[in-house]
Amino acid sequence: MEDVVSLLHGFSIALTPYNIVLMVIGIVLGVIIGVLPGLGGANGVAILLPLTFSMSPTSAIIMLSCIYWGALFGGAITSILFNIPGEPWSVATTFDGHPMAQQGRADQALTAAFTSSFVGALVAVIMITFLAPLIAKFALRFGPAEFFAVFFLTFASFIGTSRGSPFKAVASMCLGFALGAVGLDQMTGSLRLTFGSQELLAGFDFLIAVIGLFGIAEMMSSVESGLQFRGKHATIRLSVVLHTWKSLLRYWATSIRSCIIGCWMGVTPGGATPASFMSYALAKRFSKNGNNFGKGEIEGVVAPETAAHAAGTSALLPMLTLGIPGSPTAAVLLGGLMIWGLQPGPMLFIEQKEFVWGLIASMYLGNVVGLIIVLTCVPLFAAILRVPFSIIVPVILVICAVGAYTVNNNMFDIWLMLGFGIMGYVLQKLDYPLAPLVLAIVLGDKAEEGFRQALLGSQGSLTVFWSNWLVGSIMTLGLLLLFSPLITWAISKIRTGLGGHPAAAID
Amino acid sequence: MSNLNEEADPGPTLATNRTMDMVVSLLFIALGSVFMVDSWRIGIGWIEGSGPASGFFPFYISLFMALASLVNLQRAFVHAEPGGEESFVGRDSFKRVLFLLGPTLIYVLAIQYLGIYVSSAIFITAFMIASRAHIQQAVLVGIGTSVALFLMFEVWFLVPLPKGPLEALIGY
Amino acid sequence: MRKRPLGVMTAIALAAGATAGPVAAAAWEPAKPITFIIPAGTGGGADLMARFIQGIVTKHNLTKQPIVVVNKGGGAGAEGFLDVKGSKGDPHKIIITLSNLFTTPLATGVPFNWKDMTPVAMLSLDQFILWVNAQAPYKTAAEYVAAVKAGDDKKFKMGGTGSKQEDQIITVALEANTTPKKFTYVPYKGGGEVATQLVGNHVDSTVNNPIEAVSQWKGGNLRPLCIFDSKRSTYTEKVTADMAWSDIPTCKEAGVDTEYQMLRGIFTSPGATPEQVAYYVDLFKKVAETEDWKKFMSDGAFNQTFMSGPEFTTWLEAAEKRHLALMKEAGFLAAAAN
Repeated sequence: MEDVVSLLHGFSIALTPYNIVLMVIGIVLGVIIGVLPGLGGANGVAILLPLTFSMSPTSAIIMLSCIYWGALFGGAITSILFNIPGEPWSVATTFDGHPMAQQGRADQALTAAFTSSFVGALVAVIMITFLAPLIAKFALRFGPAEFFAVFFLTFASFIGTSRGSPFKAVASMCLGFALGAVGLDQMTGSLRLTFGSQELLAGFDFLIAVIGLFGIAEMMSSVESGLQFRGKHATIRLSVVLHTWKSLLRYWATSIRSCIIGCWMGVTPGGATPASFMSYALAKRFSKNGNNFGKGEIEGVVAPETAAHAAGTSALLPMLTLGIPGSPTAAVLLGGLMIWGLQPGPMLFIEQKEFVWGLIASMYLGNVVGLIIVLTCVPLFAAILRVPFSIIVPVILVICAVGAYTVNNNMFDIWLMLGFGIMGYVLQKLDYPLAPLVLAIVLGDKAEEGFRQALLGSQGSLTVFWSNWLVGSIMTLGLLLLFSPLITWAISKIRTGLGGHPAAAID
Repeated sequence: MSNLNEEADPGPTLATNRTMDMVVSLLFIALGSVFMVDSWRIGIGWIEGSGPASGFFPFYISLFMALASLVNLQRAFVHAEPGGEESFVGRDSFKRVLFLLGPTLIYVLAIQYLGIYVSSAIFITAFMIASRAHIQQAVLVGIGTSVALFLMFEVWFLVPLPKGPLEALIGY
Repeated sequence: MRKRPLGVMTAIALAAGATAGPVAAAAWEPAKPITFIIPAGTGGGADLMARFIQGIVTKHNLTKQPIVVVNKGGGAGAEGFLDVKGSKGDPHKIIITLSNLFTTPLATGVPFNWKDMTPVAMLSLDQFILWVNAQAPYKTAAEYVAAVKAGDDKKFKMGGTGSKQEDQIITVALEANTTPKKFTYVPYKGGGEVATQLVGNHVDSTVNNPIEAVSQWKGGNLRPLCIFDSKRSTYTEKVTADMAWSDIPTCKEAGVDTEYQMLRGIFTSPGATPEQVAYYVDLFKKVAETEDWKKFMSDGAFNQTFMSGPEFTTWLEAAEKRHLALMKEAGFLAAAAN
């Protein structure tokens, strides 16, 4: 009850005209930042951080967190329209979002993405409002073994879902792990797989790989077949939004599941990216239309977007209560808190009530404002597809190059992006699945780190992964998911008495 | 390229999927081997006090990659992959891809000398003219994009991008 | 002709407290935006400080040209240092350093040394404190060290940021007091994460910087045992109900003879002229005089030592020798073949 009173007080702080203007500015800037590949939410917030020195901490965090919401919304736009994920967590959105755009259903895909984002965020904020102290305690239980278990679960849930040759999937995923391992080994502080090259010191950035593998490769295959983007009837009306909303109601189960995954991963802090992948994979497994995933299934947009936004929002909770950032953007916001003279951590909720509840209220309001802004802009975004191909192609290539450069301010990354583009084009044509590759690049080093930290602590004993109920149950769940194709295959073999393809089991 | 906007004929086959499958598998195996050698060099065992060595994880990953690619190579060799005889790329399709890739390579090269803004303006304009757009339109879009990017990155967001002699002239 | 009056003006301005307009800076003025490189990722201690400086400069209008902050954290910061090393003749680049200035070239073999850049100034020294969980039975550093000594080898886990960097160096130095028993050093990515792992009891102790752990200390989750400095902190304002930073004993007086502090300094491109260096020294002096900076320093219990010129160079030489000795002793040097 006390929380509700505090929240209402928070609304009264957030709802001043000045703060509402800041919200709108923040959302618009955030969407722009989210749309530009490379210039992610973390960079965007970091860049604008110094601007907020002259504001009160509450107004400053309202504007910065709205940039964050905007970036979360914006990431979906280029994923759907051009197959270029503006943010790591919108990679999974491309899988079905882009095929929908190719079929001329960009408006539906965008509406679904924005709406699901909103739902995910809303659920996460409600959770933050009422369960913050409880969840903070839960997050403390996560040590290295638990982190590894979470990443293992993500891989396990994803691995069984790719079509085609399982050996190609394995090769593709291992390539991702190997590329992710290049550079400095965090655990020992020594360099590996750099072959003395100074360019490889920083390793392969996930965003560079994604811009190349998805964006550039997509451009190459469109040009090759002489295709153009089909977005002719993208004249959106309110009816499309309402119609899409109606169809979204059918996916309530997926939405709930994705919210849970998202909140959990945001708090632990696995982050929005694994949340979106895991949620997509599970939706595919449990959906009646699972086989249509990847061909433009709206449910395949709902799942990752809901989870990503739920995770992105709940990632702010450990930041506020514990002082640990659940995402890179949260890390920068954390820096902001300290600059404004606030100490994040357990005392924030007690010492800075006004700030905390103002922020939580702005989470509600910011997302509502954000949803309205992006939904009204859907026709504008969809209209981009009607721009002639001869303009779109070079402009997007330029934006990709700019994006690749801004990730690490490195010229070499633009070359890498081109390399990844050619690689993606070839691999895609030969039916190598790209999703496992990307997943391995982004999560590989984190998984390895958790694994090695855990083993270090246990002096090399693998029992650490079953040392308590939490890590034990996550690991067991992961193993079940990993071997579920094998189990279903075994069952079907027993039933039919026929020999299946043994290869399918390894996948 | 005149027919960029039309459904186009791929032209005669340059390589089949099977050939490309074999080439790619061999590349995977080669990369896996190189990584394995380097991982071996830095150690793949257990180091007392710091846990598994740096090379432990990449070594086994590269090993799995090479093994899986051996299977892929063998499957391509014995025609086990479906669609192996289909065309990977036709001559005309390949030309179209080169039409995109060639200028892009020159563009990226030019960034290092002219800076990203000037190169982008030239690249967009040239690409559009080659795709038979109106010259005025091409120049407008090219310069417009560069100016917009310049304002956004250098002026508002204060994110430095690669710059060349022209930007130096105006004091950046 | 031109130089002299300007020089005089500078002297006057400095004498007057250097708070006058930016006109009265030094003989050299930046002609384009100043790039401020952080040899670490976003969200860390160096990043925080650099962005804070950027904010102060913007807020108080200390430079005519904007300061542009860029993260180049690849290869434990090597990426950023190599960038500055390669920018000879471009004085519009400055870089903030942490201890990886010394440790990265030693641990990775990347061809780079602090002498490849031009030293500008030392802004402050960051402290290190030995922390344990508040529920742990150890009240003093001596008790904790005794427990480590009495326990099984490698039974006690020390959490820290990065590998073969400051936290692990301190850990190894600390082991001189626990011989023959050693810690199991568990490296994490960020300082905040390390502090949280200690609260969650996943490690037994940490050597977090004050700012990384202060909030958990206030919240009653962590307990400071000793500070790795030769004298106690000068901040006497109460942080928790009954303790101030100055109440934390030095490790030496607690019976554990280990000292370490981390440089937060500024360097610029190689070949910078004395006028250019003077401009930056002056700029950072002005930054250090602002109220915002003083508050930031006291929040993080930084040791406020401002140094520049030969004094700073001498300090750097000594610090380099010390790191080489510490790293050699710990066996952290990169193999010669690398």
